[in-house]
Amino acid sequence: MGAPEEGPARHYLLARADFQSLFDALAREGYTTLGPTVRDAAIVYAEIRNVEDLPIGWTDRQGPGTYRIERRKDDALFGYNVGPHSWKGYLYPSRERLWAAHRSPSGFTVEPPEAAPPRYAFLGVRACELQAIAIQDRVFDGPYADPAYRARRASSLRIAVQCGQAGPTCFCASMGTGPRVGPDHDLALTELLGPGSHRFLVQVGSPRGAAIADRLPLRPATEEDLRARDALVDQATSSMGRSLRTDDVHDLLLGNPGLHRWEEVARRCLACTNCTLACPTCFCSTTEEVPDLSGDRVERWRRWDSCFTLAFTQLGKGSVRRSPTSRYRQWLTHKLASWQDQFGSSGCVGCGRCITWCPVGIDLTEEVAALREESSAKTAVSGGER
Amino acid sequence: MPRKGRPKVAVWKFTSCDGCQLSMLDCEDELLAIADAVEIANFREATSAVVEGPYDLSLVEGSVTTLSDARRIQEVRAQSRLLVTIGACATAGGIQALRNFANIEEFRQAVYARPEHISTLSTSTPIQDHVPVDFELRGCPINKDQLLEVLSAFLDGRSSNVPTESVCAECKRRGNVCVMVARGAPCLGPVTQAGCGALCPAYHRGCYGCFGPQESPNTASLIRRLEALGMDGPARLRVFRTFNASNPVFRAASEAPAGGNP
Repeated sequence: MGAPEEGPARHYLLARADFQSLFDALAREGYTTLGPTVRDAAIVYAEIRNVEDLPIGWTDRQGPGTYRIERRKDDALFGYNVGPHSWKGYLYPSRERLWAAHRSPSGFTVEPPEAAPPRYAFLGVRACELQAIAIQDRVFDGPYADPAYRARRASSLRIAVQCGQAGPTCFCASMGTGPRVGPDHDLALTELLGPGSHRFLVQVGSPRGAAIADRLPLRPATEEDLRARDALVDQATSSMGRSLRTDDVHDLLLGNPGLHRWEEVARRCLACTNCTLACPTCFCSTTEEVPDLSGDRVERWRRWDSCFTLAFTQLGKGSVRRSPTSRYRQWLTHKLASWQDQFGSSGCVGCGRCITWCPVGIDLTEEVAALREESSAKTAVSGGER
Repeated sequence: MPRKGRPKVAVWKFTSCDGCQLSMLDCEDELLAIADAVEIANFREATSAVVEGPYDLSLVEGSVTTLSDARRIQEVRAQSRLLVTIGACATAGGIQALRNFANIEEFRQAVYARPEHISTLSTSTPIQDHVPVDFELRGCPINKDQLLEVLSAFLDGRSSNVPTESVCAECKRRGNVCVMVARGAPCLGPVTQAGCGALCPAYHRGCYGCFGPQESPNTASLIRRLEALGMDGPARLRVFRTFNASNPVFRAASEAPAGGNP
């Protein structure tokens, strides 16, 4: 199979009864398959081997600071919205040994990191998550490229799944990151579930995706299947729970560090780091040396850090961002505004994880709207006084 | 630079359950390395052999609840170049600091068959209320990896790497699903200092706050959330008064009116 094209000629159907063949094909191609499964009262990402490991017939109900799984009326395999985990945890692990060093009589020797990166197949990557991976690709590339991230990313396979629904905390449509899966993927699936019929539309997005598709019992798709996919994407768009206005957000946030709303949100903010660590694009880390008791061997570890901790801005005389106000402002301003200057896009893909997984349900779409309102009121007043 | 000599380390027990000392003995894989690196000069929980002071490092477990405790901590301090408290008792008075909120005489009469044999103070106080403390290692009990880090830092003459961020950071790094968001379970993780490895949430329980408050705890906001999840005032008083009852932040949170603002 060659380059991906639109139109039924490059689209195929996989029957629900044959879905296990995808797991088998991935295993034969040497992939470790990671995908959604029900664990710990949530739909999380973990290593899965069989179609029965998927959250068959499960969905979730989300809101600011709340998440519950519940049964669906059907047996959909992918009938849920994004959960607590993101693929970041695999491409950019929360803790990673960078290297170790041994003291020797003549000095010291450095052990390099493990050679072979894992070969991951991510099954069930949503449109917003594809965009989040693309954002981290830009972060970990360029003059400060991260070799371990690049290696894991280069060997991994992204099997996207179209969203047929959106959650109350979703706002990818307004961020321009979804819900339709973009062209940059290896395979894209659309779950088509109707009375007496359960099948998957399969789009091939890359040669490596084609190598997997070649192993599947596929039959050609029809125009009708493509229309069914488009209707599902429309359904997801129309059920989007939230939206964020993006045209003015860069100047709004960077131009208004003194608004009262920053203080107000800081009274609710727990400075607990949950939003940053649940975010699929937040990439900040710290490194630490871990010596053994003999003092002859030391390991250097990198772990996820967060701009909500005091240590994040610790300098000789203490922390620069002491107030939670300054920390929340830093996070939101970087995510939505200065990220654009730094990496050429917003740092937000509208997945809603920071809203759902904030223990006190702080909603960045609401905060931006309130900041905008306060800023315009201020402008109106000062305009009137002139 | 290779190290010179083996510093003398003493481990002291005040009013406590010995759990933190047991955490040290639980360093099974590292015990030989510890014995190679330091001279355990005084550690009654582990050995009756005692080497006289002064000591390079004293690890102090337990709180001060008797006049004898109060005198002995002065002696320990005088013999110790560095003094590190280990655990919630030594750092914040421990569970026994609940007496600070009650009448000790009533306890004495109710609990003991021969109350006249009991000589005790009316309060349980942390070590830092009595002598200068060089470093506090939190937890009930302490985390053995943090203890090893403190020992390693001591041996290398560097500051120890003991994060003061929230338990949530550890939960997320571990891949735990938030018990408060996904189960509605009351959890002190957002206001509690990391160090345990997010142990309780990993077993689907809310955090009990045994490591005390994190670096910038917003207890008022968490209290409003706990109330929304159905926690009433008496339940909140208990949850903030378990292991660190005499810590000023948790004490204020236990006493704050509905809505969380003192």
